[in-house]
Amino acid sequence: MATNVYMEALSPTMEEGRVVKWHKKDGDPVKTGETLAEIETDKAVMDLVARADGVLRQVAAPEGQTIPVGSVVAVIAAPGEAAGETPTSAAQTKPSGSGKRDTGNVATAPAPVAVATPPAVAPADATRVKASPLARRMAKEAGVDLKLVTGSGPGGRVVKKDVERAPNQAAPAAAAAPAAPLSPVSRVPLPERTGTAYEDVPLTQIRKTIAKRLVTSLGPIPHFFLTTEVDMERAAEAREALNKQLGDQGEGKVSFNDLIIKATALALARHRACNAWFQEDHIRYWNEVHIGMAVAVEDGLITPVIRHADRKSLTEIGREARELADKARNRRLQPNEYTGATFSISNLGMFDIDQFTAVINPPEAGIIAIGSIVQKAVVVDGHLAPGRRMRITMSCDHRVIDGATGAAFLRTLKQMLENPLAMLL
Amino acid sequence: MPTLTYRDALNQALREEMQRDPNVLLMGEEVGVYQGAYKVSRGLLEEFGSMRVVDTPIAELGFAGIGVGAAMGGLRPVIEFMTWNFAVLALDQIVNSAAKILYESGGQIPVPIVFRGPNGAALQLAAQHSQAWESWVSHIPGLKVVAPATPADAKGLLKSAIRDNNPVIVLEGEMLYNVKGEVPEGEHVVPIGRADIKRAGRDVTLICHSKTVTVALKAAEQLAEHEGASAEVLDLRSLRPLDEEAIVGSVTRTNRAVVVEEGWPQAGIGAQVVDVIQREAFDHLDAPVLRVTQADVPMPYNRQLERLAKPSPERVVAAARRVLYLD
Repeated sequence: MATNVYMEALSPTMEEGRVVKWHKKDGDPVKTGETLAEIETDKAVMDLVARADGVLRQVAAPEGQTIPVGSVVAVIAAPGEAAGETPTSAAQTKPSGSGKRDTGNVATAPAPVAVATPPAVAPADATRVKASPLARRMAKEAGVDLKLVTGSGPGGRVVKKDVERAPNQAAPAAAAAPAAPLSPVSRVPLPERTGTAYEDVPLTQIRKTIAKRLVTSLGPIPHFFLTTEVDMERAAEAREALNKQLGDQGEGKVSFNDLIIKATALALARHRACNAWFQEDHIRYWNEVHIGMAVAVEDGLITPVIRHADRKSLTEIGREARELADKARNRRLQPNEYTGATFSISNLGMFDIDQFTAVINPPEAGIIAIGSIVQKAVVVDGHLAPGRRMRITMSCDHRVIDGATGAAFLRTLKQMLENPLAMLL
Repeated sequence: MPTLTYRDALNQALREEMQRDPNVLLMGEEVGVYQGAYKVSRGLLEEFGSMRVVDTPIAELGFAGIGVGAAMGGLRPVIEFMTWNFAVLALDQIVNSAAKILYESGGQIPVPIVFRGPNGAALQLAAQHSQAWESWVSHIPGLKVVAPATPADAKGLLKSAIRDNNPVIVLEGEMLYNVKGEVPEGEHVVPIGRADIKRAGRDVTLICHSKTVTVALKAAEQLAEHEGASAEVLDLRSLRPLDEEAIVGSVTRTNRAVVVEEGWPQAGIGAQVVDVIQREAFDHLDAPVLRVTQADVPMPYNRQLERLAKPSPERVVAAARRVLYLD
C-alpha cells in the first residue's frame, strides 16, 4: 500500500514550507526515519522524514517550491509495489513545470496513480499534534504543552518517554561549544543592483512569520515602556574576576549577556507578575522562568529559549546561549528550542545602540531591550567621575503588567546588575 | 506436587468428578474400549462401566443431541469430540439447543454439559483438520469457553466446567497433551473467567491462550535476551467470559499490548481483546495494539508453509518490537 508524503507542520506556527533540497530522488529506496528533503519552515530548515519503508515515487514538489502544510509532496510505494510499478514509471516522470502530460502514455499505462494535483488534506489534520493517549494524559497531568514536545514515535507521534523527558527537564547539552560571542551577523545580501528603479524580493518564510507575528503585537497589545539606567561598574568587575577564574580552568568566558540573562531570570522569579502570558480569557503566571533570547539571523531574528534560566549557573547559561545562537544562525533550531519562553530579552548593545524599545513577543507580557554599555561622565557623591552605564527599556503589556509592577521588577533587576553579589541571595 | 502430562491432568479431573458425582458421564467416539483417541479417558471404562463411559457411532450431531437431552434430564454429560474440526457437524445442537434452552425455557431448564476435545492445528493435518474454533464458539451467548494452556489449568478448568450449570466448551490441544507440568492433587479448581499472568513484565503485555501461551513465553524470553524488554505474558484461560479486569490491569501497567491467537484474524479473539483495551484502557495506551494470528488462509499442508502460517515467537517478537517503537 502506498503512503502519501505530506508537507508536515514542522514548527508550531508553520502553514507552508519551501522545499530546499530533496535528499532522495524518484525511485530511491527509503526507510522510515530517513530524511527525504530539507524544508524551510517559517523558523528554520527542518528535515522531512519518511514515515514508511518503500520506494519514493511521484515527487510532486520541485526544489524551491512552497507547499501548504497537509499537501501531498510525494508517495512512498511499498517495497512489494515497487517492482510492479517500474514498467509504468515512464508514464509518470516527474511532473514538469507546465504540468502537461503525455496523454498517449497515460492511456496505455495500467492505471498510474494521479500525480499532477495531489489533493490537499485539511490543514487542521496535518497540524494536529500526534500523541499516544497515554502521552496525552501524562502531558495534561504534568501541564506539559504537547506542541513543545518532539515526538519520537512513528509519524512523529509523541509517546510516553517524550513527555517524561520534556520540556521541564530539558538539560543543556554538555558539549563545550567554541566561544562565539553574540556578535552582529551579516545580513542577507540584497540582490545585485540591476539599474532598474527597484528590486522585488519575495518574502522568505521567516520574514513572513515576522511580519505576521509582529502586527499581532504592537497593534493589538497596549504597550508601555519603562527605561532605567544601570551602573555596570561592579558587573564589569565581577565579570573580569569570574573570567580570570574561568580562564585558569579553561572554560568559556562569561559575557555581559549571560549576566543579564541570569539577573533577569532571578528578578522574574521574584516578580512573578511580570513572568506571565496573556491568554485572552486568563493570565498564566509562570512558576518557571524560560528566557527567550532574540538572536539576529540571516534575514530575520528568532528567540531561542534558555529554560529554567533562574536555576542555571552563569557558565551553563553562557554555554547554552552560545549553542542556541549557533544553531539559530545555522537554522537548525528544533521547535522546542524556540517556543515556550515566559519573558524575552533583546540585546543590541553590540550595535552601539544606547537605548531602544523592543516589541513584545506574544503571549509573553514583557520584554527588555538592552543598550550598549557606554563610558560617560557621572556624578558620584557630588563629583564628576567616569562611569560605565547601560540602559534597559522594558516593554510591558498593560493588560498584564501595570506601571508600578514593571517598575518594581526593573528596580530588582537594576539592583542585581549594580551589585552582582545580590544574585547569590 | 506431582508432575503430570496435560492428558493425565484431564484424565484426573474426569476421574475425580465422576467419583464425586454419579451423574457425571463421558460420551464420544472411542472414549471407552479404545480409551480415547488421545488416551484422555484411559482406565475410565474399567472403573465406571459402560453406563457412564459410552462409546458412540461416528455421528457428532447425534451424540451431542443425546448429551443435551441427558443434561436437560438432570445428568452432567461430558461430550468428547475427537477433534473440534468434527464438532462442526454438531454445531446445531451446541448453538441452537445447548446454548439456548435455559433462555427459551424461561430459566426453567439448565443444560449442565461439557463439550471438549482438541482444537487448532497440530502438525500437517491440512486445511480441514487444523482449525481453531474459539472465535466461533465464544461468539454464542449461553456458552462458556475455556482454553487451558498448562496441565494444572487443564485439570482445574475441566473440573469447573463439569460443575458449572451451563454448557461449557473446553478447547484442548493435540500438541498440548504431552506437555508436562506440576498439578495439585485432589480438589484443584480454576474458576472460569479468570486470566493468569504466566510471566510478569513491565514493558509490553503479550495476551494469549492455549498453545499460544508457549509461543508468547518464548517470545518474552527472546525479548528479554535480545531487546532488554520485559514482556508480561497474560494467559486468558477463559475466552467467555473474558477477564477484562486482568487485561486492563496488565495493559495499564505496561501501556502496550500484542494479542496472540491461533485463529484467523477476521473477527478473532484478539479483535475482542483489542476492543476491551481501547475502550477501558484508552488513556493508558502508548502505542496501537497489534495482533499475531494464523495467516488468513486455509492451513497449508506443506510443512514449511504451515510453519509460516502459524503464530511463532519470531512473529510475536516482531510485533512487540513495533509496539515498543524499537523498529
